[in-house]
Amino acid sequence: MREVAIIAFGQTPNRRREVHHNDAEMVAPVVADVLKEVGLSRRDVDFTCSGSSDFLAGYSFSWTMAIDALGAWPPIQESHVEGEAAWALYETWVKMLGHEEIDVALVYGFGRQSMTSPRDVMVLMNDPYLETPLWPDAISQAALQARALLDAGLCTEHDFAEIAVRNLRHAESNPLAQLSGRFNPDELLKTPTIASPLRKHDCPPITDGACAILLAAGDRARKLCKRPAWIRSLAHRIDVQALGRRDLTRSRSARLAAEAVGAIGRHFDIAELHAPFTPQDWILQREFELSKDTVLNPSGGIHQGNPMMGTGLVRFGEVAARIIRSEADRGLAHATQGPCLQQNMVGVLEGE
Amino acid sequence: MADSQKPVTTIKSPVAIHYNYSIGAGQSTFMRAIHEGRILGSRCPDTGKVYVPPRLTSVETASPMTELVELPDRGVVYTYCIVNIKFYDQVLEIPYAYAYIVLDGADSAIMHLIQECPIKEIRPGMRVQAVWKDRAQWTESLENIRYFKPTGEPDLPIEKIMSEIRKKSYA
Repeated sequence: MREVAIIAFGQTPNRRREVHHNDAEMVAPVVADVLKEVGLSRRDVDFTCSGSSDFLAGYSFSWTMAIDALGAWPPIQESHVEGEAAWALYETWVKMLGHEEIDVALVYGFGRQSMTSPRDVMVLMNDPYLETPLWPDAISQAALQARALLDAGLCTEHDFAEIAVRNLRHAESNPLAQLSGRFNPDELLKTPTIASPLRKHDCPPITDGACAILLAAGDRARKLCKRPAWIRSLAHRIDVQALGRRDLTRSRSARLAAEAVGAIGRHFDIAELHAPFTPQDWILQREFELSKDTVLNPSGGIHQGNPMMGTGLVRFGEVAARIIRSEADRGLAHATQGPCLQQNMVGVLEGE
Repeated sequence: MADSQKPVTTIKSPVAIHYNYSIGAGQSTFMRAIHEGRILGSRCPDTGKVYVPPRLTSVETASPMTELVELPDRGVVYTYCIVNIKFYDQVLEIPYAYAYIVLDGADSAIMHLIQECPIKEIRPGMRVQAVWKDRAQWTESLENIRYFKPTGEPDLPIEKIMSEIRKKSYA
């Protein structure tokens, strides 16, 4: 089987609002950066795949506008997932395993939450007949999950605050981070709730941004990058949609994906978890059985920035970048989409 | 009591999501200029092609486009269509015509209405010019131009124009 590696990663600074540039203008410099990093031109890219959402962009077929960023002439081989760009990474990885004609591939994702209310847009993911009319917004749904954890006696609001404190502390060393700083969990717990029991620090920031990853196969990867971050395995699983049919204190799909890639019981130097809300970070740690010395979210995780539809791909990029820079040898990258960790992807990345 | 055999065919579930769209740097340049009655494009440094409205990077080569080009408000019809169907909120009386118009000096076409001419006479190669709203009504909108009308000048061979544009394509 072919080996496929991440050889470059780039992202825009995470901003609360990108008002000056449109989607294509956000994507263009990031794509230019990753190509420059490994000394390739756009013509060296054999396949391109992206992830985004028309519901966030506010117009249909919004991804076709982003193609303007690529210099797609003569016409290129391209695909798109209407959702989190980590799934565009998955599609590309599968294609590269089986198609020898793809040596180098570009994966990118972008989202601008500031143009609308993401809390409301996410309502449209639900059952349109029974749930959407009740308008269960994204934060309220996450609060249902948090409440289920607390009532089961599994963890406390202090545990949630500590997750935020850890992410924000790690984000201090990330120059592109939207939020960062030193906080005290006890002080955070004195702040008001947004949707009880969730407070502001438990929720993801609203971010506008774009990110891109370059993939290369086998010796091409070794030639282009001193230390490629090899994707040893990648798997995704999905839970049923209705929250009422799920045990919200667990994420069975996350566990199964982790089992499928052989992550359980394995040591990881670092792990980047795509947990939009702090209780979900707690659930993922439990499902993945990560060891105590694994550094969680060295980038700052969700608090670093949440360019929705790119946030999961950033997790893969942050793990890969640390392997490429020899700061880590093996890392776990996780991405999610859907309410309350409905759909989950887990990847194992390693340096040689 | 509801009829147990009767199918439920309709529910009402109103959804409203509001967006504040950012048009970006390239189109903002266009909008600011059209507010003053000027039409701007940008030139690709690799192919020389002039795109209207301007973009930050070349559609064909991805190179940054920094050179802005001011274009006249006249051009030539590349292709057109006639709208014959009624729809909700329709402003214009049917039938009416939309055309892709290549402004003189541009290598991409913009879409606009063709009026002041019988629909049957609209044809590719027809020379047209913009009819503007009163200056006092100008805003940051392509609607500052009400429509394009024929100039009465002799037609230009559209296939020749398009083949010149194609020759500039980066391959």
